[in-house]
Amino acid sequence: MIKRILKKTLLQKPFLKKECKLHGGIKLQGFKSLSNAAAVQILSVPPQLIIPLKQHIGEAAKPIVNVGDLVYKGQIIAEPNGYISSPVHASSSGVVAAIEARPIPHASPIKETCIVIHTDRKDQWHPFVQSTPEPLALPPEDLRQRIRDAGIAGLGGAVFPSAVKLKPTSDITTLIINGVECEPYITCDDVLMRHHADAIIQGALLLARIVRPQKIIVAIEDNKPQAFQSVTNAINRLKAAGAAAANTIHAAQVPEIFPAGGEKQLIKVLTGKEVPSGSLPYELGIICINVGTTAAIYDALYKGQPLVSRIMTVTGEGLDAPGNYRVLLGTPIHYVLANAGVARQHNAEVIMGGPMMGVAIADHAAPVVKATNCLLIKNTRQIRQPPASMPCIRCGRCATVCPITLLPQQLYWHARSKEFDKLPAYHIDDCIECGCCQVVCPAKLPLVHYFRFAKSELKARERERKKADVSRLRNEARQVRSEKARIEQEERKARRKAARKQVITPETNPDQSTPDSLNASSLQGVAPEPQTHENTSMVKHEDQTKTMAR
Amino acid sequence: MPLQQSTNRQSGNIVSAPFIESGQSISGVMRQVIYALLPALVVAFYCFGWGIITNLIIACAGALAWESLMLYLRNRPVTSYIMDTSALVTAILLGMALPPMAPWWLLLTGTFFAIAVAKQLYGGLGYNALNPAMAGYAVLLISFPREMSAWLTPLALPVAELGFFETMAWVFFEEPPNDVALDTLTSATPLDYLRTEISRGVSFSEVRLSPVVGVIAGKGVEWINLAVLLGGLWLCYKRLITWHIPVSVLVGLGVLSGAFHLYASERFADPVFHMFSGATMLCAFFIATDPVTAPATPLGKLIYGLLIGLLIYIIRTWGGYPDAVAFAVLLMNFTAPLLDQYTQPRIYGAGKRNGRARNG
Repeated sequence: MIKRILKKTLLQKPFLKKECKLHGGIKLQGFKSLSNAAAVQILSVPPQLIIPLKQHIGEAAKPIVNVGDLVYKGQIIAEPNGYISSPVHASSSGVVAAIEARPIPHASPIKETCIVIHTDRKDQWHPFVQSTPEPLALPPEDLRQRIRDAGIAGLGGAVFPSAVKLKPTSDITTLIINGVECEPYITCDDVLMRHHADAIIQGALLLARIVRPQKIIVAIEDNKPQAFQSVTNAINRLKAAGAAAANTIHAAQVPEIFPAGGEKQLIKVLTGKEVPSGSLPYELGIICINVGTTAAIYDALYKGQPLVSRIMTVTGEGLDAPGNYRVLLGTPIHYVLANAGVARQHNAEVIMGGPMMGVAIADHAAPVVKATNCLLIKNTRQIRQPPASMPCIRCGRCATVCPITLLPQQLYWHARSKEFDKLPAYHIDDCIECGCCQVVCPAKLPLVHYFRFAKSELKARERERKKADVSRLRNEARQVRSEKARIEQEERKARRKAARKQVITPETNPDQSTPDSLNASSLQGVAPEPQTHENTSMVKHEDQTKTMAR
Repeated sequence: MPLQQSTNRQSGNIVSAPFIESGQSISGVMRQVIYALLPALVVAFYCFGWGIITNLIIACAGALAWESLMLYLRNRPVTSYIMDTSALVTAILLGMALPPMAPWWLLLTGTFFAIAVAKQLYGGLGYNALNPAMAGYAVLLISFPREMSAWLTPLALPVAELGFFETMAWVFFEEPPNDVALDTLTSATPLDYLRTEISRGVSFSEVRLSPVVGVIAGKGVEWINLAVLLGGLWLCYKRLITWHIPVSVLVGLGVLSGAFHLYASERFADPVFHMFSGATMLCAFFIATDPVTAPATPLGKLIYGLLIGLLIYIIRTWGGYPDAVAFAVLLMNFTAPLLDQYTQPRIYGAGKRNGRARNG
């Protein structure tokens, strides 16, 4: 109580008064000019496409083609498996050469099932792919289904199936189109906004038709003045055309700070509201969709084209041709690199995504997927051995830059000593792994690595615990059953015995009631037992979670 | 911000994001703390002559020697850990806290307890529960009270005339410089003077007129405190420390001393006197802010600093020691882990669903 009052008076009032200000975050050198000057170039069709069945969050798609089948560009080759899933399309025309495990873009050389297509270089669209003249006239549910069929998932990097996101359980007041792109080096959204602002605005109107928000905000970081101008122009054109919806949409600049482009961070910056811990933005009546996704939705609904390619940044200092490319999904990374002027024998290190939250790719034969917004190539000159870590001196810089206001030094302390039970009380699940803490750490500790490790460890423990609970319950139930069977057997025996007695001495009738009543009482005694067992185990379970919470 | 290699060639481990690093390092932090102490050292040199320099030289040499020895015994890489220069910061703080021209054995004993016992025996940098410099100081204060209270008279003429080698001769061989007995060079510190005079029934307004007290809080000492304040403000500006601890220490000390001074202005010194005498500023900006032994949460820091300020006043006013900083800081060091645990800041999105998030 006193703590709460102190917190309210000392902390919140004077220092967090600026509602729209994010706690923490860091300013990073952008390196955006390396790749944002030129328009999007189109990368040629590679001889082979490797299309993973799982390019989105959720269940992997189920293949519906066979080896040897002829496929066209845009043809569904794997269909969604469950609600949170997404179909997969052939990115170009050709023959299905294999359905097998292939390397996927990951930090370790792991393989997952992919559909391999040998392209015929004709890049022929499936005849089914037809443009729709007036998709805004279609019913919202139809639009949503089309988005699902087009395999669209969040192209900002999270790849959550968009159709699922667009079916919120509560009313939506605000639709945020996220063009912040706060990671250094990445410019695919910047270039998209500069050159295809109309597609983004049209896409936003389609989204508005589905979720019916009161206003649409296109959020752009203030280091992209040209993109902002371009989007503003597109909105003005819409206004000039007299569209009623144009008045609900406006572009907003957000200050350049990492990670202002994170969904929850952006919502805080734009609206001052905080998404409750452990829940999703739609609970506040907000939906946040990336600009690239919005443009893809425009393509899907107006042109009928499913998600078969994406714009991605290929960048890095000392690269021959850094820039943005429209790349077919499934194109091997080494093919992209070769076309961007990185020789294969270069042995370059490639990061998928930005330098803050990206993944170092283990195998360059892995394909470009829906999540691949950037390939950052580090040349040998730049590469530095990760510095040796020093002990934590608890300077607290990590806490001052944490956008969630976590205490990374405490999390590190417990994670390092493997005291995982203590971590939930420090809200480790709220960590977004943005990496700010690690960047500013003077001791050069691999903090995010520790947090990822601790999170996976906690998840594994949770699974173990659930499994153990299930088997314990099962075992208890089995014991109850065998006990019951034993009693029944005894009962039968007793009855037979009684029957025999009855046959021998029919006068001893009153005795007959005894075994029956005994049985009945014993049965009654047994029957509620599984329930009590369950109750105690549930109580134990709750106790455990409580102690964990403490 | 250079990019890092994503696989560690030596260990073969995968290095995960982020791949950016800032140029910050622990040795950089420590170096900046030392820079921030330089103005105070210059003023101290002006006040106490070479005595402060001999203190620093012996303390630094001792600290580095003890640190190397302990690192060697603990099988730690000596050179890379010595390079973090945290031992030097401890040595400089201890050298400034001890009376100038302190004998060599006093400094070596002090650095031994600070570095070998309070720091390395508890696990080295980052693991010590107590502030090393203050732990060393407290041990010396209890073991050698006479030497620890033999403060040179600031700005005294003979001190200024004392050369470096003469000072060294005194420090090592107790050869009286220029045939002057050391006793004639020393005098009570302003805090000592205040306590004895007040206990004799002299009023504070009379005490203030004494030359020992100087302009506001002690001849020489007030200038050193002012220089420390400047260095401390620079640390705040460079974001090496946050404002919470310095402000709350000064507020705690100021409010309590102010209250007593208002109640009985003749019996209790005013807040300005307390803030600029003794090691108040050094405590507020350099000692209490030692991140290893202080809480890390904003609220925790405020409580910690406030209580240090209150303790300083209580021990100074009713205790029997020359200054109260060491004991106040050490006592509060013990509370740091507890404060950290109970003062977690409110996280993003907490509140409405806090209960669920915690249990789920």
